[in-house]
Amino acid sequence: MNMEAARKLARERGDATALLRMVPYVGYLGLRMDLTIPTAPVLCLPFRPGLVGNPVLQAVHGGVIAGFLESAALMHLLLLLDEQRIPKSIDFSIDYLRSTHPEDSYASCAVERLGRRVAQVQIRCWQGDAAKPVALARAHFLLADDAPA
Amino acid sequence: MSDEAFYAALRHTYLTTVPQVGELGIELIRVDGAAAEARLPCKPEFLGDTERQLIHTGVVSTLVDSVAGLALLAHIAKRIRIATLDLRIDYLRPSRPGKDLICRAECYRLTGQIAFMRATVWQDDPAAPVAYSLGAFMVTMVPGNPSERTVLQ
Repeated sequence: MNMEAARKLARERGDATALLRMVPYVGYLGLRMDLTIPTAPVLCLPFRPGLVGNPVLQAVHGGVIAGFLESAALMHLLLLLDEQRIPKSIDFSIDYLRSTHPEDSYASCAVERLGRRVAQVQIRCWQGDAAKPVALARAHFLLADDAPA
Repeated sequence: MSDEAFYAALRHTYLTTVPQVGELGIELIRVDGAAAEARLPCKPEFLGDTERQLIHTGVVSTLVDSVAGLALLAHIAKRIRIATLDLRIDYLRPSRPGKDLICRAECYRLTGQIAFMRATVWQDDPAAPVAYSLGAFMVTMVPGNPSERTVLQ
């Protein structure tokens, strides 16, 4: 299935399966997308033991949380923009606020600036309580620029 | 425990007790007080963009966070707990499948409680990195006999 068809399925039928399949690493993490509010998707990283970074606390690996938030931002852009190709990561920054537990993690994103070439995305990550984020992150993505340079 | 024995124990603990390290397939090249270096052979599920054939940057982040943590534990070489406070990564070049990712991390400033880490990731040429990263880690001394060295907490 191409990007356009996958996006249509997610937007019109609330089924993000095909859109998530566009990115193999998103499949590796096993991400799910809750489209209850179509313009504010919530990404879920289901807990599994293979993602643990601290064997004593059974905490999700900090690097996995980073990869999850980069993936969440990417899926947010793929759903809400009309990009034909995968936006490219320019940079990424994450603050870890609380340690994680062996449970599912969630992320929501906000595109704070959308230019012709660059999108800036803020990402918030939590586990049990949405009011107590475990991490906050931001990312810049390079969008496909169809206009001549 | 000598430094060499500590580094050997740290390598062993890191590779055998951290599930995500084993699952990704991170291999250690070097671990000592000056730096940690590791290699990650690419797998098909690491791709972020199949059309352009690019490795997902999240794989690079995980490698950086993990190797920076290991470099810090080796650098301090005492009973400590560490936690990543923040991490910033610049993606300087695309990472291609079919080649290993190699990460080298080191501590460039250590205060009583905070460690400032930097890491470089490359594929073919260390002089042409695919990513450069800076991070701050919290360091907590664990009470007990300071000569007693246990590795990961």
